[in-house]
Order: sequence, then structure tokens, then C-alpha cells
Amino acid sequence: MSAMDIFTLMLLGLVLVSGIAACLFHNLLVSLIIYMAYSVIMSIIWAMLEAPDLAITEAAVGAGISSVLMFVTLKKLRDIRKKAQDEKEKEQV
Amino acid sequence: MKKKKSKFSQALRKWDEGSFDLTDALPEEQIAAPLPEQPYDWQLERPVVRLEQGEISMYRRLYPIFATVLATVMILFLFAAMIALPHTGSTQTPTLNELTDRYVADGMRETGAVNVVAGVILDYRAFDTLGESHVLYSAAIAVLMLLLSLGGVSMEPDPRERLITETDPILRSTAKLIVPLLVVFGVYNICNGHLGPGGGFSGGAIIGAGLILYSLAFGFERLERLLNFKSYRVIVVVALCFYSLAKCYSFYCGANHLESFISPGTPGRIFSAGLILPLNVAVGAVVACTMYGFYSVFKRGRI
Repeated sequence: MSAMDIFTLMLLGLVLVSGIAACLFHNLLVSLIIYMAYSVIMSIIWAMLEAPDLAITEAAVGAGISSVLMFVTLKKLRDIRKKAQDEKEKEQV
Repeated sequence: MKKKKSKFSQALRKWDEGSFDLTDALPEEQIAAPLPEQPYDWQLERPVVRLEQGEISMYRRLYPIFATVLATVMILFLFAAMIALPHTGSTQTPTLNELTDRYVADGMRETGAVNVVAGVILDYRAFDTLGESHVLYSAAIAVLMLLLSLGGVSMEPDPRERLITETDPILRSTAKLIVPLLVVFGVYNICNGHLGPGGGFSGGAIIGAGLILYSLAFGFERLERLLNFKSYRVIVVVALCFYSLAKCYSFYCGANHLESFISPGTPGRIFSAGLILPLNVAVGAVVACTMYGFYSVFKRGRI
């Protein structure tokens, strides 16, 4: 078993772990960050499978832009929830 | 003659601005009639609402069981399909036929693209790519319509938060360093799509990421001089029309693009490979604009 094999097995194990962990975490922010890590590991695997086109796209879209969009959405959701709570409190007062 | 536009063009303009109202077409008396009162709200009868109010407790208990069963069945199906797949490297795979040899052996000569993947995507399989990109762009249009229809209702970010992000020294100096590199790497990716790994989609996504970082660090106003809604529309429409027309030309000359008068050129040069470079540029422009547009619409409700 060469060093490359061990590295590959490590990456595959990490993909499995991060894929399951992203589903199981209740905190959405944490699972988003794990999802980003998943995309980065996947892009390394694509590069090792000699698919550099896919690796670049996965790194740019999967780890970059889709995560940014999801972060913005998460923040917006929090804002909306906070606003609804504020209004409720105002009504009660 | 020019003064009085026809009713249709007026309606079209209104529809484009998003202020089209179907009640405009109704005669006056019909609008004036009061709407019948609705004594009961059908929304309250929806299962989701009843579930939230704790009315249907049975669903709540059965839901995890159903979800587990469904997921298990799906996983079993996928595993069964995986077992039926041929082994890696087997000579019996249906995808290993004369087509692969042809692509590898003659791809560079016929399409002029050193990167065979780009040659296959944008030349041999032009028809697939055209359909795919139309699916992608109609999805993008649907998302934009959905988000823009929410329209400016308290979508502007908190001014305090803007002050924090736009005066953050770490973010600003990092953006100053990284944004030019990102844009240059994106342009390299787009223009190098037929020579090496890369291409329109990934290069456009990288440029879009650069634009997002810039607008995050320096505010939307500075970027708006370059990319506002007007220029966004012009860029996207021109690029998509060019893409469709170029691909239509491919189909006109037999769908495999080989009999066209556009020569493949010398493989290995930037200006070679026929239509692949302009198509990559068009795709890159659309993807970069769409990515930044998504971010802008998500963040502040408009482009």
C-alpha cells in the first residue's frame, strides 16, 4: 500500500464523514461549513481522477458560490425571524 | 404616429416593468363590485398548518418512520443498480466503443481543441450542450423572477451591518489582493478552455466569485457603475442570442459542425478551434453575470 493509496482512502473516508455530518448537525451554519469542506475534498478527488475541468468547477461553484448564496439565505432567514419576533414583542407591549 | 403607442405595446411595457395588472382590462363597474367575503380561511385547513398547530399528532409520529422507509428503499435501489454496473476497466462496458477511440484519436484534428473535453462538449455534442444550457438559463430566469417578485420589501441590509463589513480592514485588504487575481484567473480559464482544463462555466463562476467579493468589501454602489441592471440585461441577452445562433449554425451544417467554413485553425493557439472560444466567452459572460445577479438579488432584492 503506497502513500498515495492511503491518501486516497483518507479522502474517501473524509467525504463519507463530512457527507453524513452535514446531514446530522442541527446548526445550519455548521452543516453549511461542513458542506463546503465536502466540496473541497470532492474537488481534490476529481483532480486525482484526472478530471481537472470538474475539479475547477466543483471548487468554484460547490465550495464558493453556492455556499455564499446559502450563507446569505441563512442570514436573511435569521433577519426575518428576528423581525417577526420583534413585532410580536411590540404587540405584547 | 410615434406619440400614440398601441395598446398592446403599452401592455407589453407594463408587463416588462412588472406592473401589469389584469384588472386594467376589466370595465369599471366590474372592479367597483365588492368582493364576496370569505368566512373561512382555506389556509388554516392545510395539513402543514394543522400539523404546526399540533392538531394532527399522528403525522408527527409516523413521519420519521415513512422517511426512513423511503430512504432505505431508495438506497437499496441505488445499490442494486450499482451491483449491475460493469467493473472498472472492464472491456465489456457499453461506453467503451469506437466513439471513444475516435474522440481521442481524431478529436484534436477535427475540432482544433487540444482539450478533448471542450471539443466534445462544444463541438461533437453541441446539441446536448444547447439543450442543457437552455434548461440552466430557464432555471436561472425562474429563480430571478421569483426573487425579484418579492421586490424591495425591506430587503435592504441593515446600515449598521453595512458599515461594519465595508470598513473591515481585513476584508478590504484581502479583497484588494484577491479580486484582481480571481478575475484574471477566470479570464484565463475562459480563454484557455479549448487548450487546457477550464472553460466558460468554471471561468464565469470564478469571475462571479470575484465580483461578489468586491461588492462585499466595497459595497454595491461602486460595482454598479460597471454592472447595473441595464448592462446585466444587455450582456446576458446578447451572449445567449449569440450562443443560440452559433449553435443553430452548427445544426444548419449537419449538427456535427464538421462541414462548416470556420476552420479549426492550428491546434494549440488561442485563436483556434473554430466556434469553441467565442462560445466559451459567451457562456462565461452569462455565468459571471448570473452568479453576481443571484448574490445581489439574494442580498438586497434587486440587481
